Amino acid sequence: MKIMTCPVNGPRNISEFQWLGPVHDTAEATDADLLNRLFFAPNPMGVLREWWRHTPSNTVFIAERDLTTDEILRSYLKGSDADRTASPA
Amino acid sequence: MPLELLKYGLRRGHKPFHDIPPTPDLRRSYDVVIIGGGGHGLAAAYYLSRYHGITNVAVLEKGYLAGGNTARNTTTVRSNYLTIPSIEFYREGVSLFENMSHELGFNVMFSQRGQLTLAHSDGAMRSFRLRAEMGKHAGTRIEVVDARGVQKICPHVNMDFGGQHEVLGGLWHADGGTARHDAVAWGYAKRAAENGVQIHQRTEVTGFGVSGDRVTEVRTNRGTIQAGQVLQAAGGMNGRIAEMAGIRLPIRCFPLQAMVTQPLKPFLDILLSSSDLHTYLVQSSRGEIVIGGGTDPYQLASTRSTLPQKEALATGALQLMPFLHNVKLLRQWAGITDITPDFSPIMGASPLQNYWLDAGWGTWGFKATGVAGKRMAETVATARVPDILRPFALDRFSRFELLNEMGATAAGH
Ligand SMILES: Cc1cc2nc3c(=O)[nH]c(=O)nc-3n(C[C@H](O)[C@H](O)[C@H](O)COP(=O)(O)OP(=O)(O)OC[C@H]3O[C@@H](n4cnc5c(N)ncnc54)[C@H](O)[C@@H]3O)c2cc1C
Repeated sequence: MKIMTCPVNGPRNISEFQWLGPVHDTAEATDADLLNRLFFAPNPMGVLREWWRHTPSNTVFIAERDLTTDEILRSYLKGSDADRTASPA
Repeated sequence: MPLELLKYGLRRGHKPFHDIPPTPDLRRSYDVVIIGGGGHGLAAAYYLSRYHGITNVAVLEKGYLAGGNTARNTTTVRSNYLTIPSIEFYREGVSLFENMSHELGFNVMFSQRGQLTLAHSDGAMRSFRLRAEMGKHAGTRIEVVDARGVQKICPHVNMDFGGQHEVLGGLWHADGGTARHDAVAWGYAKRAAENGVQIHQRTEVTGFGVSGDRVTEVRTNRGTIQAGQVLQAAGGMNGRIAEMAGIRLPIRCFPLQAMVTQPLKPFLDILLSSSDLHTYLVQSSRGEIVIGGGTDPYQLASTRSTLPQKEALATGALQLMPFLHNVKLLRQWAGITDITPDFSPIMGASPLQNYWLDAGWGTWGFKATGVAGKRMAETVATARVPDILRPFALDRFSRFELLNEMGATAAGH
């Protein structure tokens, strides 16, 4: 089975995880931003930063995944060093 | 007919013929350029050339003819949706299937055998009642049946009385059916080509020339062409193509997987699905049981398959029909679907004056091959969006006028 690395629990089967969708920049909030956030989700032919949850331990974290190859490049907790050095979504 | 066939068989000197002519050289310019040689693009080309006198048309297909989702779908044709605009639109779609073989002189093997959707929960039963009332109101054949009604329609279903997935009842849609997907695309392609439409296989659109609010040229791997009007019908790649034209669509890609078993003697004469188990079954005319369900649980633009998804489909199928447990799987595959937030398509105008959208067909667009082609052809030919398409406009999202069909589509297509 495909493996996802939970930043707290280590490598686990992907079936233990729930996909929660893209990480949004929460700074601005005009009407246009709201519309985009609700309906116009990013769909890049490349890497997306997204929220995941390890269900048994309820660990919510960020993963970077390539949307064309399904390769998981990195995963880390919000606010960790890895998160601070990540490029914005 | 039989005599004609006999005469044909005995005749000497048979000339080989092509249903679909070989790809010609690209012209410098076309009145209409259609991006995507799937069922939708080919149907639009047919209706343009047959009913609107527009024959200087190119269909550009990056791979082989109808090798995208048209080739991968599980061919459910139905109109049991929830909102009135959807029911009316899909009802027209089903009625076109009823006459498609005659219209095209090409056997699309439409079999209107009815679709039974099972409820294993009170919530599902409630939503069925709503859908049945909406459907009756909009003139489609649909009714709620109880557990005995389910047994009568499909005696093979495991009712699981007292079990975890007890069948409480169902939604019976007598208008539902299935057709041969390849034949639908080939039929439209053959007749469109006869009318003068050029079908260009292995011709990939790589970009656009835009000046002001108009597309002026379409760039391809085989050269650049001028276009009067452009119609986009690129299946899973719809979001990407629109982006090349500078248009952002509310579309995300999700894989959708399906599989078929080895052929069995005919026993299943309806389309069977379960909204709680996210599984549906249909027996093809070859006898194979086609098994499908919901999309993958996360976004991806790839046609790779996964074992967990296949296991989930097999689990659902065995719950519905435990006697299938020794049956072998023959083939499995996936397609990239272009999913919208409300599980309804995006049809009609774009921010560019001469660029038209037939997109967001996700997991549910095969049944609309005829009607989308017909209505989009009308749109392009008259530069006016017909009333039946208006609710599906791209700007419905900024008006918050969504057509939520998730409950009627996500597990059943
Ligand atoms: C597994 C599966 C099951 C399904 N089951 C059902 C069902 O039961 N009922 C139902 O109604 N619908 C179903 N669907 C959905 C249905 O298949 C699609 O909505 C429908 O076939 C879309 O037709 P289309 O012609 O718009 O797209 P497609 O058939 O995908 O055609 C689009 C074409 O555009 C081409 N293209 C892409 N990019 C370019 C480019 N840059 N240049 C040139 N050409 C390009 C592609 O190669 C492709 O051939 C299912 C889909 C899948 C994957």
